[in-house]
Amino acid sequence: MGEAAAHAQPDWVLLAYLIAGVCFILALRGLSNPESSRRGNITGMIGMTIAIVTTLATHPIASIAEIIGAMVVGGGIGLVTARKIQMTAMPQLVAAFHSLVGMAAVLVGTAAYLNPEAFGIAVRVTPIASPSFVSIFPQSRIEMGLGVAIGAITFSGSVIAFLKLNGNMSGKPILLPLRHLINLGTLAAILILIGYFTQDQAPIVFGLIAALSFAIGFLLIIPIGGADMPVVISMLNSYSGWAAAAMGFTLHNTAMVITGALVGSSGAILSYIMCRAMNRSFISVIAGGFGAVASSGEAAAIDRPYKRGSAEDAAFLMSQAEQVIIVPGYGMAVAQAQHAVREMADLLKAKGVTVKYAIHPVAGRMPGHMNVLLAEANVPYDEVFELEDINSEFAQTDVAYVIGANDVTNPAAKNDKSSPIYGMPVLDVEKARTCLFVKRSMGGVGYAGIDNELFYRDNTMMLLGDAKKMTEEIVKALG
Amino acid sequence: MDFISILSIFVLACFVGYYVVWSVTPALHTPLMSVTNAISSVIVVGALIAAAAAGAPGSKWLGLAAVALASVNIFGGFAVTQRMLSMYKKRERKDG
Repeated sequence: MGEAAAHAQPDWVLLAYLIAGVCFILALRGLSNPESSRRGNITGMIGMTIAIVTTLATHPIASIAEIIGAMVVGGGIGLVTARKIQMTAMPQLVAAFHSLVGMAAVLVGTAAYLNPEAFGIAVRVTPIASPSFVSIFPQSRIEMGLGVAIGAITFSGSVIAFLKLNGNMSGKPILLPLRHLINLGTLAAILILIGYFTQDQAPIVFGLIAALSFAIGFLLIIPIGGADMPVVISMLNSYSGWAAAAMGFTLHNTAMVITGALVGSSGAILSYIMCRAMNRSFISVIAGGFGAVASSGEAAAIDRPYKRGSAEDAAFLMSQAEQVIIVPGYGMAVAQAQHAVREMADLLKAKGVTVKYAIHPVAGRMPGHMNVLLAEANVPYDEVFELEDINSEFAQTDVAYVIGANDVTNPAAKNDKSSPIYGMPVLDVEKARTCLFVKRSMGGVGYAGIDNELFYRDNTMMLLGDAKKMTEEIVKALG
Repeated sequence: MDFISILSIFVLACFVGYYVVWSVTPALHTPLMSVTNAISSVIVVGALIAAAAAGAPGSKWLGLAAVALASVNIFGGFAVTQRMLSMYKKRERKDG
């Protein structure tokens, strides 16, 4: 049996997988607009159903009960989690989901290794004077090796990302000595082993590829600090796609290859957007260590004079304003202040004030995180603007209300060449007539570990206190 | 299908992905990540093949485990995406 014959599938099957792939493209296409996005998501579900039904219909099934059981258990856990998860915890959930894709890829790769004939990727050879054995096609071995390796990296990397995002592990980078050497050496060893795998399909080779890949995923993520998590989570998203694509090559399945390419590009583009928003190169993020120097600048900053205001002052200023721009950051999510913020905005709107929201691409712990939190609090999405769309408006704005955002508003990014965030695009909140800055205390610094010049400006009023309590007090004062 | 056909599909799909993802509005980047989670679990196809095959118990159990993991993602990913997308609302008429 030749390689081509082993993969022979009826035309309708190929067509069905192609349709599934197209459904997934449409699912992502729908996300260009919130209105079309819900339909897109349904299209994605249809695509998945087509892929699953086609697979079940074209393979002899030993026990359908076991398969349905596995789907019910997994699906049940997924549905319950999806319903219960807090929107503030989305980054952790996404990291956990990435790890599952990675693990599934490793399991499928291992299953294919153990039973290659079921996947049509091997021939039985019968050498003279020795027992017959199953030989996996060399090309399939490369694809399988890559799939398992990328899957394993995705899994262990995502587990670390999950632990950091979930607070089970400190967000501080962990820096091993010689880590670059260790990492490069391990990566090289994995590639050499995949090459060697084409010559020798011994279990030890396969096992080593998987084990080293699990190790490198772990090693790659531990040195990356909390501030870089939006990049990490996007990068792992990309990896999970490439793992699916590699398995698609192994199984000659177009739905998997198309999806893998889509998800792989998606994660890569998101990583790029996040890096650009922080003015950091992808390589420097991967190299890690950012945020390790936090707390060094605190002491010097403490005795500088600043203006402190009360909730009543803030309420008065905002109710007299023509336009207020609210700038939310991760601190708002941590304090769960999004509902109070929306209430405040409603009261201001009732007084005739125009209220807008300005979102920095890296506000929060994952791309688009702030938008979801505001949407959850019933903030209409057409009041929420991205950095480049709203930045020019601060100059004509009476009040900027900065809540839980710090580094993304720091003017040092524009005028202090020695600052670690120099060059990063920031929101020009200091151009507003008054900048209200909600902050727990004067001591703490942002994730980048640097002081913010903004606190000491004449047109800045510091509102010291918990983001949620402070906003609620303003609501009371407005009401 | 031969390798070159698959590779062609892959390369073209990368380009499709590039343009489609750039057209996603930044406001929906979180749902984008959760839905890509769901669809990359199409890897369940491979898991089903392993789980369905008779004769190799080790492979079958790994396949079943992979089916369960991928199902968490498929159901969880689509459901949480739907939940998030249903929150995005337009302004209800002109306010004040």
